[in-house]
Amino acid sequence: MESDWIWGLAGGGLIGLGGAVYLLGNGRIMGASGILGGLADRSGWSTAAERIAFLAGVVLTPLLIISLTGSTPATHVTGNAAVLIIAGLLVGIGTRAGSGCTSGHGVCGISRLSLRSITATLGFMLAGILTLAVLRQLLGVI
Amino acid sequence: MLRMFFALTAGSLFGAGLMLSGMTDTAKVQGFLDLFGAWDPTLAFVMGGALLPMALAWRLAKSRAPLTGGSFPAPPQAGLDRRLILGALLFGAGWGMAGLCPGPAIASLSYNGWQGALFLAAMICGMIAAPGLIRHLDRRPANA
Repeated sequence: MESDWIWGLAGGGLIGLGGAVYLLGNGRIMGASGILGGLADRSGWSTAAERIAFLAGVVLTPLLIISLTGSTPATHVTGNAAVLIIAGLLVGIGTRAGSGCTSGHGVCGISRLSLRSITATLGFMLAGILTLAVLRQLLGVI
Repeated sequence: MLRMFFALTAGSLFGAGLMLSGMTDTAKVQGFLDLFGAWDPTLAFVMGGALLPMALAWRLAKSRAPLTGGSFPAPPQAGLDRRLILGALLFGAGWGMAGLCPGPAIASLSYNGWQGALFLAAMICGMIAAPGLIRHLDRRPANA
């Protein structure tokens, strides 16, 4: 749709504002994989409470908006269980090995011109583009 | 207590932003990565919109301390390493396959069906397994 970019820009602004609150308030980088991953592998259990508070906000606020507006956004997620499992494992392992995901490297890291974050973002975008080129355009399996 | 408040507020802004921007729609994310298909530029606008307030926040951080005390994160590390690059490539492959990255996978939990829950469960399993795999990777010599 033509208005998609306006929603993109506005929603992006909220994401950046969230990162700003987390940084200026708590002195921490808002990275979704880092916040969840620190709970998953127990490396961040000393700060478990604020990690859980953050994640509660992430899950519950969309739910609140949906119940207020009465409209649920489409996700167009695949129904192929094998794709979901392999993709989930790759995202979980890759973001922890690479120390970040789209929010941590792509938003918080790039905005302070971190060379590592810029490299990681170029890396995961390139890998994503190649994956779509091969699995969708070439093989037609996703 | 104030830390909880900031964390909840940040998470709420993040979750709302992800949903309203369209980034929990896997078709829009895969559309951005699908350069050779029907390209969808929305993700670039989302990143642009997010980078601006975040860049301002880093500037503000230069002249003060976090509101709840403590200190800001150390300046970014300088060097690149195998772990960073290999991790980013693996992540990108999974991101392209399903059109979900960690933030949107969490934000869409309430409306992404069993598919979203399955992806999230697999992602958490990957996160649990990651430290062991990383140790294994680090033990191998760099030129192997």
